[in-house]
Amino acid sequence: MRVFHFSEQPYPDAWLPEYPSLRVDTPNGLCDPKIAADLFHRYQDEWMLSDELGLNIMVNEHHSTATCLSSSCMISLAILARITKRARLLALGVPLANRNDPLRVAEELSMIDVISRGRLEMGFVKGVPFEVAIANSSPVGMMDRLWEAHDFILKAMTTHDGPFSWETENIRYRAANVWPRPYQQPHPPVWITGASASSARGVAERGHVLATFLSGYATRAVFDVYRDTYSKTWSRPAPADRLAYLALCAVASTKEEALRRAYKIAGYLRTIGAVSEAFRNPPGYMSVADNTRALMNFGKPRLGLQLPSGRTVYAATATCEELIETGLLFAGTPDQVKQQIEKFTVAMGGIGNLLLMFQGGDLGHADTMDSLTLFGREVLPQLTAQDAPAEAVA
Amino acid sequence: MPADTLSTAVRPVGGKGTRLEIVEGGTGRPILFLHPGIGLRGATPFLERLAKLGRVTAPAHPGFHGSDVPPDTTSVDDISYLYLDLLESLEAPAVVVGVSLGGWIALEMAVKSARRMAGLVLVDSVGVRFNTRTVQDFADIYALSSAEIDKRLYHDPSLARIDYPNTPPAELEVIARNREAETRLSWSPYLHSPHLGQRLHRVDVPTSVLWGESDGLAPPAYGKRLADALPRATFETIPGAGHFPHIEQPEELAARIARFMATLPVPDVASGRKEMSR
Repeated sequence: MRVFHFSEQPYPDAWLPEYPSLRVDTPNGLCDPKIAADLFHRYQDEWMLSDELGLNIMVNEHHSTATCLSSSCMISLAILARITKRARLLALGVPLANRNDPLRVAEELSMIDVISRGRLEMGFVKGVPFEVAIANSSPVGMMDRLWEAHDFILKAMTTHDGPFSWETENIRYRAANVWPRPYQQPHPPVWITGASASSARGVAERGHVLATFLSGYATRAVFDVYRDTYSKTWSRPAPADRLAYLALCAVASTKEEALRRAYKIAGYLRTIGAVSEAFRNPPGYMSVADNTRALMNFGKPRLGLQLPSGRTVYAATATCEELIETGLLFAGTPDQVKQQIEKFTVAMGGIGNLLLMFQGGDLGHADTMDSLTLFGREVLPQLTAQDAPAEAVA
Repeated sequence: MPADTLSTAVRPVGGKGTRLEIVEGGTGRPILFLHPGIGLRGATPFLERLAKLGRVTAPAHPGFHGSDVPPDTTSVDDISYLYLDLLESLEAPAVVVGVSLGGWIALEMAVKSARRMAGLVLVDSVGVRFNTRTVQDFADIYALSSAEIDKRLYHDPSLARIDYPNTPPAELEVIARNREAETRLSWSPYLHSPHLGQRLHRVDVPTSVLWGESDGLAPPAYGKRLADALPRATFETIPGAGHFPHIEQPEELAARIARFMATLPVPDVASGRKEMSR
């Protein structure tokens, strides 16, 4: 099993009650660039420690928000490509339906892959709903644009005999010719996020890594669709490294301290929905069928997470204990975290990649470093020791 | 069937037989009604009055209601050609009535050819940009809360309220489909075609520009500016209406259109007759 440390690189100083929306319309007057500089440096330091501990690295990007200072996966990874040694470098993801320049995406990713000497993992996402307003990209037809940009980027990375042209409604290039070409051949591994059966099928048919975020024990159904489609398409079982799951994680020498850290990290869950109503669900972002269902359930609480007891909780308001029960959080002493992870991965039928958020919300630098160190020294060796049988079972 | 009773059918339209849901009714001079971004919802009382003035054809634009949305019909420009085909199939040159998005489509048709138009009625139409690069012509419905949008679109915002839990799922699906279709056409460039303004001199047809006094999406000042930019247009406002006078003041809007139609030359119904393709 590979473990990736992820932080959104948040700016929690601007999480103020008088600004309930932390995205799109939050004035950047709330951002002190000196504080932002300190934050970037410390988050990079935490990834450097991850590299030393044998953990891998995941970065992301968001736009116009105090929840994530990284406005480009490429810039975060460009730095990490040079200052880390061993870690796999995962961008999850590059919002392809919100970027109208896939040739530049292919160039930038290839550059990172070369600088890191082949450590890039390329995650592609369509983009979150509230950021179509910033990219000014239409919320209608995003999946089509995602897959077309994906096709274009892979062609650009694997064409080595000079320029080719590409002309469609969405993408027009007269001379695509990527220099440098990627270090990994034929191209760096591709990851795609998905939470539904239909998206799992699309990813499995292409043989890419499917990553699901914070979907708890319900993830099993999506993984089963992936494994089923993969084995039908490729005439072999899906290797465990084709599946990834993202959760929060806090380790400490006592359970109480771990839960205190976890609560701070869960500030991430409490701010996911912090965006003005207008930007939450632009028409066309969800399918007509999903939007019809949303209208039928208008005013009712959105879909929650089911506890083993049958009770429903919501990620933004659940206690840390409840988050652990739902599989959104692994937190406790090293032994407890190891047990929670093992229980979850067995329930999923095997997971090759765990994406763990050791930093979130206003969890400070010292706490994050300590949590990472405990995980790297006391949990990770036990998880990776079981790799061989886990892969065989999957 | 009484002449002013409306009926709905799905018919192939244009050279490629795009299947559109069409509301029809009335007899006499052809009237083509082009609906706004909310579709034909709430339009029935107005269409019933319009059907007393002539033969109404009110298609649901591609992607709205039960109309197909072929992959090559995704812009206002595409739809304008589809409806130029539709005008060719009507018995005589039609009076084209467009509300909001429908007015934008009508203008895109008219700059290409007004030959099959007897008259043009633009009701709170969008489609043309006049302002500077940092000033929007229209309030951005994709950046406003639903309560704020309702306030800007309606003189009486309580009309906008939809009782979702007590609305049949089929109707909710139409709402979701219409919102997506509207966004496909209007997201960017937002509610306009960048080059339409420089082509307005080609709208060589008697034009009545009618505007809801309380329109907070495209304010009456915009409507006046649009009317001034058209070669043969008059401009009037309608009290007690926002962006959708056909919903808020159906009687008054129909009366204004009747007066406008009375100024048009008597149609020669025999000329250029073609069977509507079925």
